[in-house]
Amino acid sequence: MNFLELSPLAVLLPIFGAGAAFLARRRLRTQRLITIGILCLTMVLEIGMVAAVWGGESYAIHIGGWDAPFGIALMVDGFSAFMLLISTVVSLAVLLYATSQGLADGDEPGPVSVFHPAYLILLAGVSNAFLAADLFNLYVGFEILLTASYVLLTLGGTAERIRAGTTYVVVSVVSSVIFLMAIAMIYAATGTVNMADLAVKLPELDQGPQLILHVLLLIAFGIKAAVFPLSLWLPDSYPTAPAPVTAVFAGLLTKVGVYAIVRTETLLFPGGTVNAALLVVATLTMVIGILGALAQTDFKRMLSFTLTSHIGYLIFGVAVGGPLAIAATIYYVGHHIIVQTSLFMVAGLIERRAGSANVTKLGSLAKLSPALTILFFIPAINLGGIPPFSGFLGKFGLLHAAAANADALTWAVIGAGLLTSLLTLLAIIRVWARMFWRRAADAEVPSAQLVAESTRVLEQTAVGGAHAPYLGRKLARELEAESLPWGMRYATGSLVVAGIALTVFAGPIFAFCQRVAAELIAREPFINAVLPFS
Amino acid sequence: MSVNITFLVITGVLLAAGFYLVLERTLTRVLLGIMLLGNGVNLLILTTGGRRGVAPLFDSNRDPSEYSDPLPQALILTAIVITFAVTAFLLAMIYRSWALTSADIVADDTEDIKVSQSTAYDEEEDSPVAEDTTEFVDEEGRPIREGEE
Repeated sequence: MNFLELSPLAVLLPIFGAGAAFLARRRLRTQRLITIGILCLTMVLEIGMVAAVWGGESYAIHIGGWDAPFGIALMVDGFSAFMLLISTVVSLAVLLYATSQGLADGDEPGPVSVFHPAYLILLAGVSNAFLAADLFNLYVGFEILLTASYVLLTLGGTAERIRAGTTYVVVSVVSSVIFLMAIAMIYAATGTVNMADLAVKLPELDQGPQLILHVLLLIAFGIKAAVFPLSLWLPDSYPTAPAPVTAVFAGLLTKVGVYAIVRTETLLFPGGTVNAALLVVATLTMVIGILGALAQTDFKRMLSFTLTSHIGYLIFGVAVGGPLAIAATIYYVGHHIIVQTSLFMVAGLIERRAGSANVTKLGSLAKLSPALTILFFIPAINLGGIPPFSGFLGKFGLLHAAAANADALTWAVIGAGLLTSLLTLLAIIRVWARMFWRRAADAEVPSAQLVAESTRVLEQTAVGGAHAPYLGRKLARELEAESLPWGMRYATGSLVVAGIALTVFAGPIFAFCQRVAAELIAREPFINAVLPFS
Repeated sequence: MSVNITFLVITGVLLAAGFYLVLERTLTRVLLGIMLLGNGVNLLILTTGGRRGVAPLFDSNRDPSEYSDPLPQALILTAIVITFAVTAFLLAMIYRSWALTSADIVADDTEDIKVSQSTAYDEEEDSPVAEDTTEFVDEEGRPIREGEE
């Protein structure tokens, strides 16, 4: 039996785990054990899946033995296995972070104990969307993850979260409606919703209907991926959620949309008919997103804007097309998931350490919180695209692929990409200079707690003698350990290390991305795996 | 494939009314809008099934072309369940919003308004810095500039 036959477990394990975790909602310790155990199991399974498709294989599972296009098929190829593994690694890190936070705050059985089940259902939805080989199954995957995300976003039900949740729910429902309309019309035009079957039948349609179906799908996925001008809901709703929820949303949800866009552009509509429009949209997404980030004073809101801005790079890669650009896009997706999630986790740590994530209130953090400083610094310059980190490698790959065969429009987008990278760095440096370097007393709205603590640390240092700097650092570490549980720091640290691993092993990973991209562009591996008899 | 024009017109009306209601600020109307959108799309999927036929239970005496297409109905069933869940969630949210503020109107985002009203002038970066033109100070710490004394 092929090992990949087990891949439906990537969806089933979290679903059953969610059921078990819900039954154990009054026993928090059991609930945590179940959730963490299930995620570890899923991760082991997915490591096996990635290993099985590492050489560029594709494998389809026909659920219940019904052959495609009549039955439901799941698709495991390099792209879906890579996305599955990264999403599970990220959600495991965030889960450990959230659990540690909950342990530190001594949470009690109550409405909040739905966090663990909802979290697992969210992951099941994400996995289902990655594995889906037919459009309707993709829709169901989206709906599972969205419904779980509604619950997670409004946890606790404070007025602020209800406000943000309303916008989020309405926008998500509208995008689902548009996706469903696209599915209905595609079914009317071709008589199938199986993606492999569609890949064969859609090119036989006339240009007009093809374009309508194509654009409808792109609009539906564009809302989910937060592509400008459909991105404005994201910075509005994400920052209000609890820190772990924002972290996992930022990492995963928009990337599911990007994944769907890549599949649409490579498998369903490979002609590149809307590439010029996508290039314009990518430019606007990058530039307007980053300008929004520069205007923010709240760190979490600023991160939400950089999140939408960097989606532009992914759309750019898709619009350029070609093996190298798609490979760079896949690599950049992995980089972006890990880096954005770690930064949002750091934002949660900052909020916890200093009582606020608003840069106007912060200062002295470099002196007060050495571990936090390192945890912020590495993913931040990674996001800013400083060599040798993965952000630089991904961007370099994208721009290199674009410049190889560029017309005037592509050169303009390359310029916009470089500008966005520079402005991201500016945004990061501004946050760095204010939160970490300046004195807490110099803040626009000085925080009494930070000023008092930094005075204590300075006093320790000012005592004099050979051990003075050492005593100051020791006090800072003690203060840090008081407010930040070790589990939260280590969970964030492990994701930062994962980001570094993406840089260190960039050679083999990028070679893998290139094999995946070659498969995606060839299309036959997908079609032949799902429809073996055609 | 033959298409029932009445269904298409009704679909259009339902979707248009739904999108209009979703743009409202009152949550109850938004909810009604979402329900209309769900029904409109379901009707659209039903239309894609083509002409009517007998129930698709296998019968060896029947010609295959007599059956109706079962797939759109299966899709609608799934879509109905999903709309149902989302409607229930929204109702709970509306109730919560009403319990918190005794209104079911979407509030403004205060942080957003703060940012939009702030000026481009940034004290940290744009305020004029006192320029040091000399590196020398006298005994009291006052800078000694060229040309003084």
